[in-house]
This record gives sequence, C-alpha cells and structure tokens, in this order.
Amino acid sequence: MSSTPRLRTQALLFAGLIVGLSACGDSKDTGEAGASSRVITADGSSTVFPVTEAVAEEFQKANAGTRVTVGSSGTGGGFQKFCRDETDISNASRPIKATELEACTKAGIDFIELPVAYDGIAIVVHPKNTWVVSMTVAELKKLWEPAAQGQVKRWNQIRPEWPNEEIRLFGAGTDSGTFDYFTEAIMGKEAQSRGDYTSSEDDNVIVQGVSGDQYALGYFGYSYYEQNKDKLKLVPLDDGDDSNGAGPIAPSPETVAGGTYRPLSRPIFVYAKVKALQRPEVLQFVEFYLTQGVPLVREVGYIPMTEREQSMVRDRFNARKTGTMYTGTDSHSQTTLEQRLTK
Amino acid sequence: MWAKRFGDRLLASFGFLVTLLALIALGALIYDVVRDGMARLSWDFITSYPSRRAEEAGILAALAGSMFVISLTALMAVPVGIASAIYLEEYGGRGRISRLIEINISNLAGVPSIIYGLLGLGLFVRLMGMDRSVLAGASTLALLALPVIVLATREALRAVPKSLREASYALGATKWQTTWHQVLPAALPGVLTGVILALSRSIGETAPLITIGALTYVPFMPNSIWSPFTVLPIQIFNWVSRPQAAFAENAAAGIVVLLGFLIVMNAAAIALRDRFQRHL
Amino acid sequence: MNARSRRVVEFIIERALFLCASGTILVTAGIILVLLWETLGFLREVPITEFLFGTVWTPLFYDKHFGVLPLVTGTLLASAIAMAVAIPSGLIIAIYLNEYAAEPVRRTVRPVLEVLAGIPTVVYGYFALLFVTPLLQAIVPGLAGFNALSPGIVMGIMILPLVSSLSEDAMRAVPNGLREGAYALGGTRMQTSLRVVVPAAFSGISAAVILAMSRAIGETMIVLIAAGQQPRLTLDPRVPIETMTAYIVQVSLGDTPAGTLEYRTIFAVGMLLFICTFALNLISNWLRERFREEYA
Repeated sequence: MSSTPRLRTQALLFAGLIVGLSACGDSKDTGEAGASSRVITADGSSTVFPVTEAVAEEFQKANAGTRVTVGSSGTGGGFQKFCRDETDISNASRPIKATELEACTKAGIDFIELPVAYDGIAIVVHPKNTWVVSMTVAELKKLWEPAAQGQVKRWNQIRPEWPNEEIRLFGAGTDSGTFDYFTEAIMGKEAQSRGDYTSSEDDNVIVQGVSGDQYALGYFGYSYYEQNKDKLKLVPLDDGDDSNGAGPIAPSPETVAGGTYRPLSRPIFVYAKVKALQRPEVLQFVEFYLTQGVPLVREVGYIPMTEREQSMVRDRFNARKTGTMYTGTDSHSQTTLEQRLTK
Repeated sequence: MWAKRFGDRLLASFGFLVTLLALIALGALIYDVVRDGMARLSWDFITSYPSRRAEEAGILAALAGSMFVISLTALMAVPVGIASAIYLEEYGGRGRISRLIEINISNLAGVPSIIYGLLGLGLFVRLMGMDRSVLAGASTLALLALPVIVLATREALRAVPKSLREASYALGATKWQTTWHQVLPAALPGVLTGVILALSRSIGETAPLITIGALTYVPFMPNSIWSPFTVLPIQIFNWVSRPQAAFAENAAAGIVVLLGFLIVMNAAAIALRDRFQRHL
Repeated sequence: MNARSRRVVEFIIERALFLCASGTILVTAGIILVLLWETLGFLREVPITEFLFGTVWTPLFYDKHFGVLPLVTGTLLASAIAMAVAIPSGLIIAIYLNEYAAEPVRRTVRPVLEVLAGIPTVVYGYFALLFVTPLLQAIVPGLAGFNALSPGIVMGIMILPLVSSLSEDAMRAVPNGLREGAYALGGTRMQTSLRVVVPAAFSGISAAVILAMSRAIGETMIVLIAAGQQPRLTLDPRVPIETMTAYIVQVSLGDTPAGTLEYRTIFAVGMLLFICTFALNLISNWLRERFREEYA
C-alpha cells in the first residue's frame, strides 16, 4: 500500500493553505481606499519617525484599508531612497542638501518641503551623573570634533574637576539628520565628528546606551528624552551668547518655541513627492498630517509650530509650491520659519 | 585508593551539577520570558497591529508576515531540497561531482545566516530588483533552509533498508518508480521531520531579513508577494530596541507567541513522524 | 507506457534531479561572487594592508579609517567568552551523560538540551539585554549597559548543546573495548573517561569545539542587541564593542546606495567573516572525517 495518495493530499492541502493565506490578505483590504491601494511609503529620519508613525497610525484607523509603512534609515538614507523614487514621503530632521537636491532634480523628482514641528536636540547623561550641571558649546565641540578621536577619552579632560573616568559616547549615525545638524551647529561644518563612539541611526539605541551607563553622554531629538524622562538627565547648554538668554538653557517646549535654546533648536520636515500626490490616498495622508498632526506632535514630545506658521505651511501645500526654502549653506541662520515661509 | 574513588565521585557530582545548571539556565530563560510576557498576552495582542503606544501594539502584521513568508519559503525550498537529496542518495555515484556537491552542501549548512542576507541583498534586492518584498525575504530564507533540508532528507533516505529497493527492482520497476513509490514514502517521516525543523529554524531568523531590508513599522498584513512585510522575530527585535519598559513586555509576549509557534511545529513534526511510522 | 518512452522519462527525471542538486553549487557560487565582486571594488580604493591591519574603523565618518581589527577583536572577544562558557561545560556534560548517567537520564536530558539550540537568537538577545546585563551590573563594577560579557555568556549557553552533543557522539563512537581494558586494569570511571575515552575521541571533540567557534563568530542577533555598536580595539569585556556581524546589520539598517565605498564595506567585512567561518568549518569537517576513519 502506497502513501502516494496521501502525499498528493498533503500537497493539495498545502497549496490550498497558500492560496487561502493570499486571499486572506487581499480581502482585508477592500476598504474605502479600494482593494488595489498601494502602500504609502515613508522613510528617513529617526527623529521624525515618532511623529510620522503616530500620524500613520491614526490615519489608518480613520481610513480603513489604507496602508502606510514608515522606515527609519536616517535623514540621508531617506533622501537617497526618495530621490531614487523608492518612497513617497521622506522624513527629515534637516533641510535637503544641495547634493541631494541635485540628485532629485536629475531624477525628475519634484517635492514639496513641509515643516511639521520644532525640535531641540537634547544632550543627555545618566541620572546618576552628578557632576554635570551644564555644558558650554565650546566644551561640546572639544568633545565631539574629529581631533578628539582617540584623544579626548575622559571626563576630566573636559573639566578638570570632573571624574577621571572614561566618557562613553553615544550619538547619531552618519545617515542621520540629527548628526548633520549637530555637527554643523557645534563644529561649524557638517559631518565633522569623531568616529569612535556608539553611532546609530536608531535613537532608541542611544537612549538604551545612555540609560545603561553611569558615565555615558549622548544626543538625540527632544522627543526621545521626553518619552524616557525616568531614565535620563538633561544637560542645559550655554552657547555663550547672551542675546538669546544668559547662562545655560535646557531644551523644553518653551525654550525651543521661544528661540532661546540655541544652537540646537531646529525645524523638522516631511518631504512629499509631487508625483505621489496624484494618488488619492497619499494626498489624504499629507493633508491629514498637516491638519490633524499638531496634537500628535505634542504627544510624542516635539514642539508645534505657531498657528500662523501652520497655516502658512498648509497654504504652501495647497499651492503645491515645490522646491526648498533653504539654500545649501544657510540652514543655521537666524531666519525664522515664518520669515522663510513668507518668501 | 580512596583518592581515586573520591575523584570519581567528585567528577560524577560535578558533571551532574553542570548538567543541572544548564537545565536551570534554560528554565530561567523560559521562566523570565513567560513571566514578562504572559501579562501582556491576550487576544487583543494577537489581533492588533503595531502601534506607538505599547498597550495597543500587537503582532498581527508580524504573525501574518511570518506565515506568508514561511509558506513561500517552503514552496521554494522543499521540492528543490528533496530533489537534490534524492539525486545524491539514489542516483549520484561516488563520482567527483557528487562528492563536490556533498561537501558544498555540508559547508553551506555552516555559513552564518547574515552571509545569506548579504547574498539576498546583492542578488535578489539589488540585481533582480525584488526590493524589500515578501518574495525577496522568502527567497533568501529558502537558500538558508536548503542545505538543512537536503541533509535531513539524505539521512531519511539512507535509513530506508536496501531490501526495499532491491525487491522493487526485482519486480521490474525502474529507478524512479522505485524511488517515488517505495523509497520516498518509506522515508517520509524522516523527511517531514527534517523539513519542519528547517522551516522552524527559518521562522526564528532575523539577521538575513534585516539585511535585505524588512521594514520595522509595517502595520498591515502582506497581500501579495511584492508587498513589504515584517516577521515575528523582527517585530520582537524592534520592541526590544525601544527603551520603554512597556515595550519590553510586548517583546516578551511576542517571544511567547514565537516559541508557541515553534512548539506547535515541532510537536507536529514528531506527531507526523509517529503517525507515518505506524503504517510502515 | 512502453519501455522506450519510460527510458526517456527516466532520463529526463534524472537530469532534472541533477539540476536541482547542482543548483546548490550555484548558491555557494552566488555567495562567493557577490562577496568577491564588492570586496574587489572595495580593495581598489583601500589597500588590503590597511584593511587587515589597521586599528581604527570609522568608514562612515569624516576622518575615514578602514582598519577592520576593532571589529575582529570585538568578534573574538565575545566569541572567546562564549567558548569559555560552552567548552568546559559542554565537555563535562558530555562526559557525565556518556560515562556516568543512566540510559533514561541521557534519553531525557539530551533532547531538552537540544531545545536550547533551537531557541531563536533574538530571544537570547532579549535575555542578554534585559536579564543577564542587569544581573551582571550588580556583580561586576563598571559594567556598561552594552558590553561583551553578557552576550558572550548567553552565546555560550546557546552553543553548549552543540559542544555537548557532538562530543557525546564522538565519545560514544569510541569502542567499548578501550573502556573495558581500562576498567580491567583497575581504573575508576574518572580515570577511564579522562585518560582513555577523551583522548581517544579527541579529533571528534576538537571538531565539535571548532564548529562551536565558527557558530559563535557568525552569530548576529545576540551581539547586535546586547553588545553595542562602537568599534574599538579592546579586550575589556565590560565596555561597548562592535562585532563584524553587528556592523553589517548596522549599515543595512541605514541606507547606503549601491556602488559607494560605504556599501562595499559591508561586503568586505562579510567576505572576511565568510572566509573565517568557512575555514573553521573545513577544519572541523576534516577532523571529523579523520576521526571516523580511526574507528570505522
């Protein structure tokens, strides 16, 4: 007696399982957006990720059948994919660079640049770190500049009264917009940073690193501090410039919105591909972002723009104004968002 | 004299102790995970999509993704694996090529899984343009599972007594008729066990899928082979990476589901093997 | 079906099966080709001496250095700790199960240990980061949240069943005659197992050890989750490090466009990893073959 009939039955059952699974997936998507709605792809900054994730979640709840994926490859990585026509939306914690702009233009990708919130890059240490009360920008520069690689390794090399222990550094990876912004703001030139630290495009890793090590120091977007307050200690920063407030200032919704937390306050962006906006689901998603996004921005820990700025951004979107408001070299100038949006 | 006896007893107790410690380590691992995860495990957890709020996050997308990817992987790897094993065991001689293929397969079984990820990245994602789809993931895992399936099938085929084959030939059957109607059915329990073990290893694989770019926030079930996807181990990895304690609970619950899945698969393997063995 | 068409069918089937089997060679060829192609592109820009002997690894930063030694020492450090856990305990367990334990004990313990080997590595990573590291931080002063000690120990636990079951097989293959001869001369079980069985099974045991090393070197998830992402040349198990495997994943999680030097670094590191594990596997296989010949 042969088991071949049994084999055949098994194979048929198996094939049926596959077909069933695929059909199962399909039937779930016959919602408002239609069974053939393609995926809305967003990728880029880990800083902006919490906002886009929150927006995507609420959007999908409100519009059954839509599908949004959000990646976290870093601002630079996100732009590369964006300009290769692989994503619809790019999250960015810094404006698009000249080289990236060129790549997009060459590939024929038009985009709309949409600021969505303000962020203050937070410098953090472990709660058990009792000796750091504040730091100056000059000290940060000494700690993070390329010349520090292999040289500045101990706390007492920054301030002699600090302990003679190794500084364990955690920070953004090179694909990260936070990395670009931080290096330009502190070192004066982009990408100028030492390389011998724990670098990650995923800010969660930095949080884990700092919160697990008494001698650690790290930096990331304010939202990540806000979400993990119980594990971290904020370091107020003194930029040596009294015009925006004397002495060390810690990031908070007030200091960032008020422009006193310098130089690490910045707007964060979402870039929408014009071609993708022809798809109704993408259009709805971006509109949802700009209208329903504000409470979500606050929820994840970032600072919403002023009412006036928000409506100017919405106007910009409705007018489909393409291109960037930032020329390559002036992303750190004192021009406010409002001033830029008026241009 | 008593020194020797004493040393003997010492080694015996020491050996017993170490064995016990290893078992305790296993117990500690399982206990730790189950304790952290059980509180979070619920029907809601299994049927919800990932969320930024730990209490609302669930593994539906990952579970569906895992099942879809594994089915596709099985579809690709099992026929090719069994066919290769049949060739090597029944047809291949001691020739140079067969020997080379054998050595090759046993080496492939020892290659780290991340190298398969690099192969998938270079070949499937970039060269063949599959992007980060279910197809790319399943193809990469199929390559990973292939050597294990071949090796397990060969063992099973080897265990079939020669007399069965010889009796078949004596009755005038050809090689293929013998293989298909006699040898393979007889080896089926071993083959199925090997296949299921290979697939259960693939379900737990994380590194190759991360390398080919499986996204971490995928809040829907894949609906075609070209769809983006996430799988159970990657969702667990994503939750482990998040520092908030609530997500660690989610990770533990996800692990409980994953382990549950593996237990079911392995139990099925054993049950199938027993059931078929009775009919021999 | 007449005899002629039957022969044709048989021939076609045999060719089809051969195609499948030789297809597996394509997999190896694919791996080697993909790795080699990108590595050669990498070596065109970075001299191989700098790659293999340089001590700073900052390929993505402004001040680029392409010395892979920090990644290699990271891998070796974590693997060495794993070996220090797995080899002694695996061997002792094998000796205990094989020479001392009663049959029902061996029959129950062995599959239970196999379960340890079947647990997905991401679960071990979870265990290392959230259970072992906090535990160790209470014991070891100055242990960072990311370190080599915790994943090393956990990797050791994971690899233990491999060492114990392969060593057990090797010892079981030693003919009983040798044991009985030793007992006849008045040896205790300890003397017999340590002085007779283990040396006799030595090739098989070394094969197991080398295979375990290869497994530890190629491990990704446990070190990715718990060891950190900071390439540094150190032998201190208490600080964050980065292994070769973790680097590959770290870069893949970001996005590096194909064709850039940064993209090629992951393949160059992958090639090094592949060569190391391949060589170890070959040595292990050779040892096992030799062992089989001794007692066949």
